[in-house]
Amino acid sequence: MYNFEYHKAKTIADASAMITQKSEAKLVAGGMTLIPTLKLRLAKPSDLVDLNGLPELKGIKREGSAVVIGAMTRHVEVAESAEVQKAIPALAHLASHIGDPAVRNRGTLGGSISNNDPVADYPAAVVALNATVITNKRKIAADAFFKGMFETALEPGEIVTAVSFPMPEKAAYMKFPNPASRYAIVGVFVAKHKDGVRVAVTGAGPCVFRQKDMEAALAKNFSADAIKSIAQKQDGLNGDIHASPEYRAHLVGVMARRAVAAAG
Amino acid sequence: MPNVTMTVNGKKMSGNVEPRTLLVQFLRETLGLTGTHVGCDTSQCGCCVVHVNGDGIKSCTILAVQCDGADVKTIEGVANGDELHPMQAAFREHHGLQCGYCTPGMVMSALDLVKHNKNPSEPQIREWLEGNLCRCTGYHNIVKAIKAGAEAMAKARP
Repeated sequence: MYNFEYHKAKTIADASAMITQKSEAKLVAGGMTLIPTLKLRLAKPSDLVDLNGLPELKGIKREGSAVVIGAMTRHVEVAESAEVQKAIPALAHLASHIGDPAVRNRGTLGGSISNNDPVADYPAAVVALNATVITNKRKIAADAFFKGMFETALEPGEIVTAVSFPMPEKAAYMKFPNPASRYAIVGVFVAKHKDGVRVAVTGAGPCVFRQKDMEAALAKNFSADAIKSIAQKQDGLNGDIHASPEYRAHLVGVMARRAVAAAG
Repeated sequence: MPNVTMTVNGKKMSGNVEPRTLLVQFLRETLGLTGTHVGCDTSQCGCCVVHVNGDGIKSCTILAVQCDGADVKTIEGVANGDELHPMQAAFREHHGLQCGYCTPGMVMSALDLVKHNKNPSEPQIREWLEGNLCRCTGYHNIVKAIKAGAEAMAKARP
């Protein structure tokens, strides 16, 4: 990899100032995407600002009817959290199926959503659970956070500090993993809330998206049968060596029905 | 160049590293601990798994500077002198290796598994090895070894 300057941030303000001041600085959270990217010389940051070592970014707590998870909380901590397992078991299940155990020991919630990889798992949970992304500057609704492939609403110097997940009535996440990387070829997170149903699809398109036809059908009748005849359009879906747009469109239906069935 | 100090297998070790130096490079090239292998160098194969502050991580996907002050355990620190760790002994007993290249990572991942699950079932072991590839495809005996190793560790506990 190309060389860079390394800084261990001492405070969130310190990290924000450093990434604003340096021309090509990047934040590193778990590093599970960034370090491999650097090794392939696909990125050439001038500086790396490390968020590890900021305890205020870690932790899981219940706040009213929401579970608030710090940005630097690792996947394994979400997967094994008794609080998350009790309040939103679908979220613990999702975290327990990201990558492999060594990846889950390092990878973080904040890193995953800030990177917004089109095949990442967490964006589906954030959107389907109608979560609020909390940064050092403001609160951003899930629907406004994910903008496109590897693109988010984060501004220069803005750092995700936590995500607040409202507890749904029921929810489930089903993914068809790439057998080598465990990234989602297609993942569908279905959540039934008091005021409606949200269906978020990851892996299929350039960015996580809501399947609103399914949401409307499930709001009337929350059963796998209710969405049996809803076909996902393949226009704009991803096509690569792993799966064609046509196959991904098909998988959206299959994973959505399995998720509804699993949510019960 | 930044100076890093970490506890490796119970001993304090220091060295000067470029910020881009990976932990595995520091372990192998600076400290000469070549038991930790580099298989794929793309974070997939798990040959380079070591424990950092008790967690199994891929040492090819973390910078040495990030481990400043950390407690690192490599395969060299698993045995008690000449006496193999029960997990290592189980790998030998069950012939849980063919060429041996993936073995250090397998053993370190197995120990991380036992930390999370004292009595893992065969499917749980297979699922856990998601991030450890054996190119000899000798998984069958590796799984047997880990099961036996976990049982031996349970017996050895007071």
